Amino acid sequence: MLEVDIKKRLSHYNLEVDFSMGDEILVLFGPSGSGKTTILHTIVGLTKPDEGTIKLGDKAFYSGKKDSMSVQARNVGMLFQDYALFPHMTVEQNIQYGMKRKDEHRSFVIGQLLQVLGIHQLLVKYPHQISGGEKQRVALARALASEPSILLLDEPLSALDKQTRIDCQNELIRLHEMWKIPFIIVTHDREEAEKLGDRILFLDHGKIIDERKSPYTDSPHSTYSY
Amino acid sequence: MDYSPLMLSLKVAAISTTVVFISGVFFARAFARKQFFGKSVIEAIFILPLVLPPTVVGFALLLLFGKHGWIGKWLLEWFDVQIVFTWLGAVIASIVVSFPLMYQSAAAAFNSMDDRIENAARTLGASEWRVFRTISFPLAWPGLLAGLVLSFARGLGEFGATLMIAGYIPGKTDTIPMSIYFAVESGQMEKAVFWVVIIVALGFSTILWLNWWSRRNMLRYANENRSR
Repeated sequence: MLEVDIKKRLSHYNLEVDFSMGDEILVLFGPSGSGKTTILHTIVGLTKPDEGTIKLGDKAFYSGKKDSMSVQARNVGMLFQDYALFPHMTVEQNIQYGMKRKDEHRSFVIGQLLQVLGIHQLLVKYPHQISGGEKQRVALARALASEPSILLLDEPLSALDKQTRIDCQNELIRLHEMWKIPFIIVTHDREEAEKLGDRILFLDHGKIIDERKSPYTDSPHSTYSY
Repeated sequence: MDYSPLMLSLKVAAISTTVVFISGVFFARAFARKQFFGKSVIEAIFILPLVLPPTVVGFALLLLFGKHGWIGKWLLEWFDVQIVFTWLGAVIASIVVSFPLMYQSAAAAFNSMDDRIENAARTLGASEWRVFRTISFPLAWPGLLAGLVLSFARGLGEFGATLMIAGYIPGKTDTIPMSIYFAVESGQMEKAVFWVVIIVALGFSTILWLNWWSRRNMLRYANENRSR
């Protein structure tokens, strides 16, 4: 269970959000500059909120300026916009970078992951030699190979063409079913939000202005569109 | 022909380049993408030797490292080490004048790096040291290497500050630039020409190699961007 209750002063508004989630896919949906990425950064530990608490289970990530866990200790997986693959390492080295141990069980899980993502034939290639969709899959494999307790995805599909996008959306849903950890996905694409999210939080100027379950599980009315 | 100036020059440049490389990379990495009170002043002090007349740098070094200077006095009393009029003086002069080149190259290399790549490594659990060793350093390497080569060449050619702090003592502090100056002074044109040819060849091949290397890197990056 992830619990986030934070406040942070940003240049144009104050970010003030309070939400919690289980092992579901939560989508943060809103226009550019509504504070979505900042929320992810506070959870992963790249920025600190001004006040509040962030907890995952009984692990307190943040409970005050002086009480903030390091990025490394949080074990939060993050998929960056444009993927941030290590350009000087092969796909295989990228994926192995965050692996905590290499035993048979791990190798099996990673092997399965590579199969599901269809990237096992790319292992010896470098990031500049593969396509956008492949980069996205490699970045996902890299993030999951480090066995995170939660995965954050910052506009994971925005750089892809339409068909690749649809394929990757299906993969994300499949991976979530396999991994059973909380996924938080940031997007400003409404269709994508509805397809991926078990629950959608609508953000504007740093506040949650609406919340609803996926139309596929439940369908309350909403008038928001971006 | 006495080749000791070549050996001495290479020794001085190699030691000073090692010191400058480690300290330059350290400070550039520590200051990269950070803003703190006094950063501009510290950076201005780092770069200052680049714009000051070498005599001013030499004078300052004499004040610091002379027998009665703050550091010189202490070194002499505690370690019985004398800097002035020894080859160590030449090393210190080289360090001071070549540090700005290394720092600037390294700072540019670290600042131009995409910080998301380092952050991605952190989210994968890598310690700060591992991030530096496996991500920042290799990615900054082309810039660091350029700084290294420039610092070496600058150290090799250092004259003004060296003359003031190390003087010209044949067999002890006679680096190539120093030998050229005093050969001309004493009318030994043949000797002067010999060392001029040597140092021009060294400098020329250094720059040639650096240009070749950076063009090769640029081509590689261009290819990467094209295939993106």
